[in-house]
Amino acid sequence: MAKFNIIGRDTLRIDGHKIVTGKAPFLNDIRLRGMLVGKILRSPHPHAEIVSIDLSKAKSLPGVKAVIGLDREKTRYIGNHVAAVAAGDEQTAEKALKLIEVEYKPLPYVVSAEKSMEEGAPRVYDKRPNVEKIRDEKRGDVELGFKEADVVLERTYKTAIEIHHPAETHGSIAKWEGDRLIVWDSTQAIHTVRDGLARILGIPAGCVTVIKRYMGAGFGSKLGLNVHTVSAAMLAKQTGRPVKITLTRKENSLCVGNRPASLQTYKSGVKKDGTLTALSLINYTTGGVKRGDRCSEPLLDVYRCPNLHVKEYTVFTNMGGSRPTRAPGHVQGTFGLEGFLDELANEIGMDPLELRKMNYTTKNRGDTGVPYSSKGLDKCYELGAEKIGWHRRNKTPGAGQGSTRRGLGMSSQIFWGDGVPGTLADVKLYPDGSVDVICGTQDIGCGTRTHMAVVAADTLGLQPKDITIKLGNSDYPWAPISGGSLTTPSVAPAVRDASLKAADHLKEMAAKKLKVSGKDISLQDKKLADKNNPENAISFKELTRDLRRETVFHGERKGMPDGFAYNTFGAHFVEVEVDTETGQIKVLKVVAAHDSGQIINTKTAESQVIGGVTQGVSTALFEQRIVDDTTGTLVNPNWRDYKIATSMDTPEIIPIFVDVDDPHINILGTKGLGEPPRIPIAAAIGNAVYNAIGVHIRETPMTPDKVLQALKQKEVI
Amino acid sequence: MKTYLIEIKLNKELKEVEVTAQETLLEILRNKLGAIDVKDGCGKGDCGACAVLLDGKAVNSCLTLALQANGKEVTTLRGIGNEKNPHPIQNSFVKHGAVQCGFCTAGMVVIAKAFLNQNQNPSRQEIREAISGNLCRCTGYEKIIDAIQNMALESKS
Ligand code: FES
Ligand code: FES
Repeated sequence: MAKFNIIGRDTLRIDGHKIVTGKAPFLNDIRLRGMLVGKILRSPHPHAEIVSIDLSKAKSLPGVKAVIGLDREKTRYIGNHVAAVAAGDEQTAEKALKLIEVEYKPLPYVVSAEKSMEEGAPRVYDKRPNVEKIRDEKRGDVELGFKEADVVLERTYKTAIEIHHPAETHGSIAKWEGDRLIVWDSTQAIHTVRDGLARILGIPAGCVTVIKRYMGAGFGSKLGLNVHTVSAAMLAKQTGRPVKITLTRKENSLCVGNRPASLQTYKSGVKKDGTLTALSLINYTTGGVKRGDRCSEPLLDVYRCPNLHVKEYTVFTNMGGSRPTRAPGHVQGTFGLEGFLDELANEIGMDPLELRKMNYTTKNRGDTGVPYSSKGLDKCYELGAEKIGWHRRNKTPGAGQGSTRRGLGMSSQIFWGDGVPGTLADVKLYPDGSVDVICGTQDIGCGTRTHMAVVAADTLGLQPKDITIKLGNSDYPWAPISGGSLTTPSVAPAVRDASLKAADHLKEMAAKKLKVSGKDISLQDKKLADKNNPENAISFKELTRDLRRETVFHGERKGMPDGFAYNTFGAHFVEVEVDTETGQIKVLKVVAAHDSGQIINTKTAESQVIGGVTQGVSTALFEQRIVDDTTGTLVNPNWRDYKIATSMDTPEIIPIFVDVDDPHINILGTKGLGEPPRIPIAAAIGNAVYNAIGVHIRETPMTPDKVLQALKQKEVI
Repeated sequence: MKTYLIEIKLNKELKEVEVTAQETLLEILRNKLGAIDVKDGCGKGDCGACAVLLDGKAVNSCLTLALQANGKEVTTLRGIGNEKNPHPIQNSFVKHGAVQCGFCTAGMVVIAKAFLNQNQNPSRQEIREAISGNLCRCTGYEKIIDAIQNMALESKS
């Protein structure tokens, strides 16, 4: 593995001070001259035909500059967009919304998945059934596998719908300059937004520039083009003035995505020695008017098993549609699969970690596919188990005494996170010695600016703060969406490639000056020197003067060889305490071991893991969108009633990054880390609770009522 | 609508501003006084992103009427320290990686400042309680607690 000076070390965020002193502009902080405030009218009905819309009264309200209908014949959920207004101030815009007269013809609707699956349930889409198969995948022969097993077990797990709730709600500003549209957006995907706007507005993509400055995260809810962004562009066009639309927390809860629910039934055969002989899953997933998540990826991949059958169905309802939510499908699927494995282990009296090791694979698709380019899951097991003190676990689940009981649990993690070939980045050297790194990626809050600076600085013998980072503009070289844990493994190798080219160029220049061969030049500590005679040197700054003009080096993230599977891995180990009188679960400690390849910056990587684990604790214990089944009304569309973890709920969290060399994945051997720490934590907490009290809570969030109920059932049995 | 002229000392600068009886301190800070370092995360008192110091005491500015700030001193994130001259608590946040997206940071730093004024030797549990009204969706809380605790330790030594 290449030796690095700065990559893989602890580097402070280069934009840290800007943020902590309130100088980082978020979307809502951008003020343009003459800017109007836009608002969206949303349907109060879960399902209705729009018979007519009358905009005239709204239009004639003083202060209102434009009102537009948003071309709908039907609304399919509460919060579905109907019309939009732009006015001089927020109060006027709100008043105008009330003056838009819409005649709705309410239609039959269904908001619960259970009811949607019933015969004769109202249809969400006229020409589609409410239940659609989204996966049917087989290998081997499961029936044969069940016959070969010593034990066959079947269990059902359930996960709730979650809302992303980024700290900053969605928002966009649109401004026209002649035929050119400039959009400031709080987005995870500047290029996608640009292309979408161009398509919908019928203008060339090159006439649209999307800018993202600082943003309050997204977690997947800001991955695509939004209706409010298109509306802002249309209102701006009509009024000839910039228009800003930001969503409220309630709108954030209703109509910009959610993590689909799941109802997963696993059946498996296992031999007494722990060998898995068959695995099957039937899953029903609900993402409102959009498709649910396929939850079987971990099952299809991570453990050796020749016989498998997966069937997944999506169930439509008249609720706001899903959007990818930090590790879509993997979070739900891992909660089911990893909980199930612990129950299997218990059936055959085996240590659950041993069961996982017993079925370890180095090839994907349950050992039937291609080798992983690298897989450090075994190291995660080893280091994680040691750090938590795995030997302390109750050998029999629930063996402890007293009203508060402790337990240990663990879970494996697999995810993508390989990066996108073709990602571009430029390094620009100026004759004054300054350096730009330019890439059309977006820093959604994880520290991408810093990661780019670290890679360039390391390669060019500089310090991260010497580099000027330019990102978040769709006019810059192409980079993919910031989702799927793609950003670092796409952008960092592209920056590395461009920086290496720049370094080579500088070395050649220095070689001429110092009268040695380019190969003999070292570039470090802001100096280019003859390796054999370090006295013979020239400073970076002095050398760049000879460039005479700015010089650009293009870098690209290259492709990956066929014949490998590219994945990230990890394992979480958790200790919990359960109060058997109140049903309260307290997470005491989490050891989060990850194989994400070469870490670029441990400072931001640790923060990523701790933040991901915190969200996972939240999934495990608190988060659920609550809907009134009869009216379709969202009961908790705010941050008071939709509970997320607070500082009172989070445990000690110990991140571990295992040392794994991946020569295939990219020139840095780096893999994604955004989603992995979010994946195994809820399952590990569930398993620790099982270990503590001897009964498995098969449903998230694991609220006290469910714990008490489960304990009661155990007594009865 | 009837308006009132109020006077507040914003980050040590005296300001006069016309407000209505309905307007919140958050609204006038962001919309009339350019204090965009104060963030609006929910507008309902649930998240703490809008926290400011009102005569040295931390409040959620979205739950405070502008009129209530009349004649008082308001300190926002920028009043605590700036890029050239950051406050040690701000440095500590950067040093301990307590910032991801940074949207919650304005409120966190303000709360931390108010808390450390009263308690120079806090336990981890006390810090947890102090920031329990401030939601952070990205960083989690452990690094933020580290930052506050280490700041306290450093200023003692
Ligand atoms: S904006 Fe004031 S508490 Fe959330
Ligand atoms: S850092 Fe994003 S909410 Fe706290």
